[in-house]
Amino acid sequence: MSAQPLLSIRDLAVQYRTRRGTVDAVRGVSFDVEAGSVTALVGESGSGKTTVAQTVIGLLASNGHVSAGSIRLTERTDGPTDLVGLSERRWRHLRGRCIALIPQDPGNSLNPVATIGWSVGEALRIHGWKDRAKIRARVIDLLERVGIDDPETRARQYPHELSGGMRQRVLIAAALALRPELIIADEPTSALDVTVQRTVLDLLDELRTETGTGILFITHDLAVAADRSDAVVVMRGGQVQEAGPTAGVLAAPRSPYTRTLLADAPSLARVVERAAPDASVSATGEPLVEVSGLTQEFVRAGRSPLLAVDDVSFTVARGTTHALVGESGSGKTTTGRSIAGFNRPTRGGIRVGGTEVTALAGGRARRAFHRSTQLVYQNPYASLDPRQSIADILAEPLRNFGIGSRAERADRVAHHLELVALAPELGSRHPRELSGGQRQRVAIARALIVEPELVVLDEAVSALDVTVQAQILRLLARLQAELGLTYVFISHDLAVVRQIADTVSVLRRGTQVEHGAAAVVFDHPQHAYTRELLAAIPGASLRAETASLPSVPRKEEVPA
Amino acid sequence: MTALATTAGLAGDTGTEPGPASDRRIRWRSLLSRVGFVLPAIVILVALLWALFPGLFTGQDPTETVAPALQAPSAEHWFGTDATGRDLYARVVYGASQSIIGALVAVLVGLVVGTAIGLAAGAVGGAVDEVLMRVVDVLLAIPALLLSLSVVILLGFGTTSAAVAVGVTSIAVFARLARSRVVSVRVTDFVEAAYGSGGTFFGVLWRHILPNSLTPVIALAALQFGSAILQISTLGFLGYGAPPPTPEWGLLIAEGRNYVATAWWLTVLPGIVVVLVVLATNRLSQALRGGDAA
Repeated sequence: MSAQPLLSIRDLAVQYRTRRGTVDAVRGVSFDVEAGSVTALVGESGSGKTTVAQTVIGLLASNGHVSAGSIRLTERTDGPTDLVGLSERRWRHLRGRCIALIPQDPGNSLNPVATIGWSVGEALRIHGWKDRAKIRARVIDLLERVGIDDPETRARQYPHELSGGMRQRVLIAAALALRPELIIADEPTSALDVTVQRTVLDLLDELRTETGTGILFITHDLAVAADRSDAVVVMRGGQVQEAGPTAGVLAAPRSPYTRTLLADAPSLARVVERAAPDASVSATGEPLVEVSGLTQEFVRAGRSPLLAVDDVSFTVARGTTHALVGESGSGKTTTGRSIAGFNRPTRGGIRVGGTEVTALAGGRARRAFHRSTQLVYQNPYASLDPRQSIADILAEPLRNFGIGSRAERADRVAHHLELVALAPELGSRHPRELSGGQRQRVAIARALIVEPELVVLDEAVSALDVTVQAQILRLLARLQAELGLTYVFISHDLAVVRQIADTVSVLRRGTQVEHGAAAVVFDHPQHAYTRELLAAIPGASLRAETASLPSVPRKEEVPA
Repeated sequence: MTALATTAGLAGDTGTEPGPASDRRIRWRSLLSRVGFVLPAIVILVALLWALFPGLFTGQDPTETVAPALQAPSAEHWFGTDATGRDLYARVVYGASQSIIGALVAVLVGLVVGTAIGLAAGAVGGAVDEVLMRVVDVLLAIPALLLSLSVVILLGFGTTSAAVAVGVTSIAVFARLARSRVVSVRVTDFVEAAYGSGGTFFGVLWRHILPNSLTPVIALAALQFGSAILQISTLGFLGYGAPPPTPEWGLLIAEGRNYVATAWWLTVLPGIVVVLVVLATNRLSQALRGGDAA
């Protein structure tokens, strides 16, 4: 390795010009990426990590510009180049050949009307490859390298014929096409299932060791960074909070913000303190939810019906949390929606309290049922009407059910805002003026305002940043203890489920492969699939190291 | 307005190297976009005032002979005079009420009936959707002019029936647009959440689906306003609108047609007024849509 690092960023500052004036997105950021090693850039949404990545590859949005600092790329063939203020022609020469990008969303990053082979070969053609046979051979070779079976056939297919994990492999193949020395991976696995995430990250590791490429790895997940990087840079609000070798930073974090991130990552620390539910009550008491033989078929035109849920049965005791765990396509959301009365299953029974949910007929019975069972959605940006104020959103269920007078309803709205730790002034705001975490609190408050017995939470914390996620999880645990709520908690994230669930069902392609008490399922998984899911939880390296250490102090104050 | 003030104010404070040039560009752009909004707004405002208070803009009577026939535009008669010596400017001003109020009626008919059909089709779905949309398809298949002429003949000649006839031709477009929005809003999480909060079908329709579907419909209404003026003028030109002594923009152009070679102002000047008002409404409609996206 040469004395010069592959990529050296010094005092980088980036500004965006907006309607409301200039915004400093990145200030005084300095770090290096060494050849053959991985530097992880960790931060939450809005921390500026993607801006840094875009600056390094010269793809900053048109209203952004580098206002100070330098980015130096020391490259094998071209020698040192200062990337700030480079002409577009020079950039075209560098991009793809020296620096490549693996984008975040494999669903949107491939041209839907171009074949896989064409997309992978595009960089080659741009950089002057003329011989079609040679391009074809290289494309097939690359697809094989990233572990795509039958590359000849795949190269002729279109993106919609491939799964998410496959598409991400294709994007990696495209990035590798010209053997770049620096790869920028912008949240390359955030949209993928945990088991797929693991294989994709393993592949990246493997390729890096083989080729000696330096990787700038952007992620919001500290646990992933812990497993996969040599050095870590923690960013917040456009500034570096802490940087250094990964093992050192995570074992002994100096910045309070890093400590908060560590304490709030469900895969690394205990985020929620819950009192174990009273075993005697849950054992003897009548269960609140009884699902028996639930089966859901979806009719497909010209094909046999899709069996989304196949004979799923479980019970949930009052005041406890039952988790439905599985990857995309496992049928967990369909099951949850059936319990909440939004979906009529093909066969099987669901009883909530005294109501047979599958037999609900007519609007009146369904409305009455929703007083006792509420659903909280995954995406707080889609589940609140953008045209209503927060107070209107919260008052609507009360109005619909004819609860209280106007003044009483206003009181109850204020009370529930307080319950989910939102300031009462927020009542007059609109959803667009709130952050994602605040919106999800509003959605939870809306579900709780009619005082239901059962709340179905459909990936309710999956879209949130770890610190916000931890706050919401603590909020849910507190509300459960205070109000005696019963939760059906749908999640793909086993690290979260492990902390919040009393009982758990593991679903795989519609079938229930395992269920029982959470402690038993997680500590002594019987089914191979459960073991696979557990092994895929990132952060294993860190957990092994810190197992002996005392737990990281929580509720550390973070300077704003 | 405040946005411009802040941009300008900040441009003064932050004097980094590449700053001033691009700041100036942004300032120009926002100024231009404001001019592009204010000018059409003024045109529409003047046209509306003409329609409501024509007496304020001209002292002349639009139906009285006040001067020798076919005089070219002058300081006294801005738009000149027509074949019977009536002041053309006064006729254009008084004609505004016929054209603009007619266009408003036409847009209202299309907006209300079309949105109602689209809302019903999109929200109920199934057979109702199929039947309503096939009816709309039939409406779309008939050429607009033919359809409005048929309606005028059914309703009898006159300003109001011309306006209603023009409105009927736009029902199909409004229904299609409203339905497409309703169909996409209907499946959003917040609509389902509203049902989950105990909302009834009509309650959710009124409180969530309709307001969230309306923005593009309103933008279309502004666009339709311009084309309704044109269509009403077309009907007037063909003689199906207001009866002759009444000034109406299409009629004015039709009357001037015979004198194009000798008295150009009779067709050109009212024509320019129509073009300006139609362009202005198009521009405003675009601003309405853009404002929603921002």
